Amino acid sequence: MSTTPIKKRPFFSPARVWAIAGNTLTELVRLKVFYFLLLFALVIIGSSLFMIQFTFQQEFQVLKDASLGAMTIFTSLLAILATANLLPKDIEDRTLYTILAKPVPRFEYLVGKLLGVFLLLLISVVCMTVVFVIVLWLRQTTVLAQVQAEFSASPEDLAVKVREVRAAGLVPAIFQGVALIYLKACLLASLTLLVSTFATSAIFTTIVAVVVYFIGHLQSTAREYWLAGGNAGWATRVFTALISLIFPDLQLFNLVDDIVAGNAVVLSLFLKTCGLGCLYIIFYTLAAQFIFVKKEL
Amino acid sequence: MRLAVLIFLVLGFGLLRLPLETGLEKAHQAAFFRTAKLDLSLRERIGQSNFIAALSGFRAPIADILWIQAHTAWEKTEYGVMARIFDNVTSLQPRNFYFWDNAAWHMAWNGSVFAFENPKQPRLAIRTKEQREFFDLGEDFLIRGIRNNPDSYQLRQTYALFLEQKRHDECGASEQYRLGMRLPGAPPYMERAVAIHLARCPGSEKVAYDQLRNLWLRSPEERKPTVITLIKALEKQLDIPEEQRIYKSDR
Repeated sequence: MSTTPIKKRPFFSPARVWAIAGNTLTELVRLKVFYFLLLFALVIIGSSLFMIQFTFQQEFQVLKDASLGAMTIFTSLLAILATANLLPKDIEDRTLYTILAKPVPRFEYLVGKLLGVFLLLLISVVCMTVVFVIVLWLRQTTVLAQVQAEFSASPEDLAVKVREVRAAGLVPAIFQGVALIYLKACLLASLTLLVSTFATSAIFTTIVAVVVYFIGHLQSTAREYWLAGGNAGWATRVFTALISLIFPDLQLFNLVDDIVAGNAVVLSLFLKTCGLGCLYIIFYTLAAQFIFVKKEL
Repeated sequence: MRLAVLIFLVLGFGLLRLPLETGLEKAHQAAFFRTAKLDLSLRERIGQSNFIAALSGFRAPIADILWIQAHTAWEKTEYGVMARIFDNVTSLQPRNFYFWDNAAWHMAWNGSVFAFENPKQPRLAIRTKEQREFFDLGEDFLIRGIRNNPDSYQLRQTYALFLEQKRHDECGASEQYRLGMRLPGAPPYMERAVAIHLARCPGSEKVAYDQLRNLWLRSPEERKPTVITLIKALEKQLDIPEEQRIYKSDR
């Protein structure tokens, strides 16, 4: 009688995770989510054309604010909506059972799904950034040509003006802002995944995630109030403490407003902010696994 | 049961990240990030929906929309409305020097001229008083702007221009140029402006002459017509010995 040796399954397989991520991305792309890019391009080109009558500082600033604001809305919505549907859709289609019937640990399934959303967000952010950079660069080039023609008689004034146009236009700090928008979207995706592990429906998950988004932007105010103490009653203190401890501080990733205003982010500060964002993502993913591992499917 | 454990885990994570968040927030504020104070008075001024949008991370686009509203008010010469909108815009985006700079410009230059030449007001005393009020409004924007943007040479430059043109304070203008000339990105003419305005500041002629002389000696690029005229005038006024003069007298 011959015995077949039992093949040892690796504890964590990046190949399996990658396969699930790729599949998730394909499914999401099939939902035609990239149509929003057309809307984004319209927002950018429209705001650029509308602001031509203003000074170049005002024009560039509105262009940057509108683009980065639209990027924040689109990525946040995409992160919440795409993630909220992941588990319910897989349960409804029975894909989840097919996958988990195979030797795929639940953690790999969760990480793969989340990675798929991260990839979708990355493609979206890259596409939006490319559109935005092209429009801004084109306008900057036009303004620079106008300035050069206008101030060609005075080299000193020309140098100052050119520096002003460049400072108001495309600066490297903008990309740090874009990276933080992406990080915030990833954080929201991981948080939505956590909610969806115990939620009863996709609508519930979406509503909770949107509420968390709003409260997350107020968390720092609640935290400041709680830590300052003051004359607040115990009920207020408990309430603000709970908000501070339960909700993430999303304002920490909102540096883009000040970046557009001309603030440069020191690399160490940028890395610290990214580090905290990654800590959030890791915790929410592990917490999602904690619930999902024993979830009755 | 698992949900109860999860709540404890989330609270524990909250306690763990509390010092990290507080520390990072302080570091952000030290680097002039998140300095906008979104309080209840701002909510009353900009409205509930704008305030919620500003709180949700759309502070900059809301400030831009308000700025465009101010531009419309300018076209209708509604300077009172403009002042109110500028106050809201600068509260939302205190780190944007452009808003402070333009708000000050509209108030101290455009608004003041409009008030002084107001055809509906026949009394000169009232027109002059209103003009001064616009000067004060403009100066207030500049002072608050500089407080929020101590690294902006542009605001120092506009403040110097304001002191020179509206307050006729050459000493103050020179001081503002001096404070601005070392700031990041400051153009070379700011150093020249320090000396030029100092030359018109009573009692500072000797210091101004030394600065102008140093500039003249430094590079031919600095020998602009104003510099040359002032050097000649100061050499005469200060009675500089003939052999030490840059421009010999035509005796």
